Amino acid sequence: MWNSSFYDFLTSQYPNMLSQSVLKYDGEILTNNASHNESIKNIPFGTTILAMKYRDGVIIAGDRMATEGYQVAARRVEKVYRCDDYSAIAISGAAGACIEMARLFQIELEHYEKLEGMHLTLDGKANKLSLMLRGNLPLAMQGLIVIPIFAGYDLSKNEGRIYKYDITGGRYEETEYYSTGSGGKDARSTLKKLYSADMPEDKAISLALEALYDAAEEDIGTGGPDMIRGIYPTLKMIRKTGIADLDEETIETVYKRMIANRQKSHKKEKL
Amino acid sequence: MPLPYYVSPEQMMQDKAEYAQKGISKGRSIIVLEYQDGILFFADNPSSSLNKISEVYDRIAFAGAGKYSEFESLRKAGIRHADLKGYAYSREDVTAKSLANAYSQSLGTIFSQEIKPLEVEILVAEIHDSPDKNEIYRILYDGNISDEKGYTVIGGRADAIKIFLKERYSSNMPLKDALKLSIEALESAVNMKLAQENMEVAVLDRNKNRRKFRRIKIDELTAIIGS
Repeated sequence: MWNSSFYDFLTSQYPNMLSQSVLKYDGEILTNNASHNESIKNIPFGTTILAMKYRDGVIIAGDRMATEGYQVAARRVEKVYRCDDYSAIAISGAAGACIEMARLFQIELEHYEKLEGMHLTLDGKANKLSLMLRGNLPLAMQGLIVIPIFAGYDLSKNEGRIYKYDITGGRYEETEYYSTGSGGKDARSTLKKLYSADMPEDKAISLALEALYDAAEEDIGTGGPDMIRGIYPTLKMIRKTGIADLDEETIETVYKRMIANRQKSHKKEKL
Repeated sequence: MPLPYYVSPEQMMQDKAEYAQKGISKGRSIIVLEYQDGILFFADNPSSSLNKISEVYDRIAFAGAGKYSEFESLRKAGIRHADLKGYAYSREDVTAKSLANAYSQSLGTIFSQEIKPLEVEILVAEIHDSPDKNEIYRILYDGNISDEKGYTVIGGRADAIKIFLKERYSSNMPLKDALKLSIEALESAVNMKLAQENMEVAVLDRNKNRRKFRRIKIDELTAIIGS
């Protein structure tokens, strides 16, 4: 008999539904050879995501762009997914594998909740994600990496918590903020300078969006606010009362104000 | 070598049916009825942790009467069936009809092929935006399946409770009336007062977002019907 895990049920009963097999070419396992490196460039990759703690819980956000090599693959990709009422996952890496993992993880948590009649603890959810990432390792070794950030509100500790992962399933808890993906380092620089513990919600939202903006400025793979098409990064707040999306109008307002401020200071510099 | 005893198929089926019915009739009853905002599940259940009613999918719920261990494994199989289908196709493709058919198939197979039939009766219900599209399926121990409208009862004194409901049920009742009617119906069958701690209540509520299933805990129950 399987336990209460949907992922374990799939791996034992329907392994063909999971993309865990290793890519082969003429019987040879594909690794870092030229043709493989070429084909990896034709796969869309998702880029910058971040999470940070604030007074009421934790914020999790991401830009919207997916790239294939130096080309834009998609402008409206969603990288932040609600897992349940108290947690969310943001994903960076090979877009297809990432979105699939986020979807499977959502089902996994709901499946457990329905079978057992209760929620997993936040640590339990974070561990489960780590096991699923370990299952993806063969694909990750061939370039189809999935690097998520998992964030949630821990009802037993009364605080927001952030977990980051490596491709082997290694799980590390962050105490303040974290950002990863191609523009992750740039977003982290902004957060490092401006972050303070226990920020109020409006300040924390502005900072998260500003960090994503800086990542988009420095990193070619990260999409900034697209005023023409009306595409903005997405952001979720996870508080004691549950998870909530930040509405697009608010995000637009924050960006318009931020850009106006930057224009002003830029003009001053010129004088 | 002694010859095996000959038992006619009719006799064998009849014996199995009697055995299953005997097991089910010892258990308590569950009422399912359609009300204004959805479908109400009401069970007489002294345990607060061993549930008889459960969420299966976004719009689908399950109720089982009879032997707990048996309907519990059916419940789990149902959730796996639904989650697998929703994962492979889309969430809208998971339907009560296909789930009820799967239950019917496996109960039927067990009834005809195993020595011991399952001592269970189960219900699968799905809520829709327009009330006349709601689906309620009742599946018996032998795989016999029927679709019900308005209300139905499974478990111990199902027939007596059905007769009670037949005279008093009206469609489009508010939740409060539906709850009161369910309590009266169950009390009439056992001839005694039902304590609120022994009531397991849940609804498929049309007004909820994606997941329509919601348990009504004792505090809310008291608030709705008064203590």
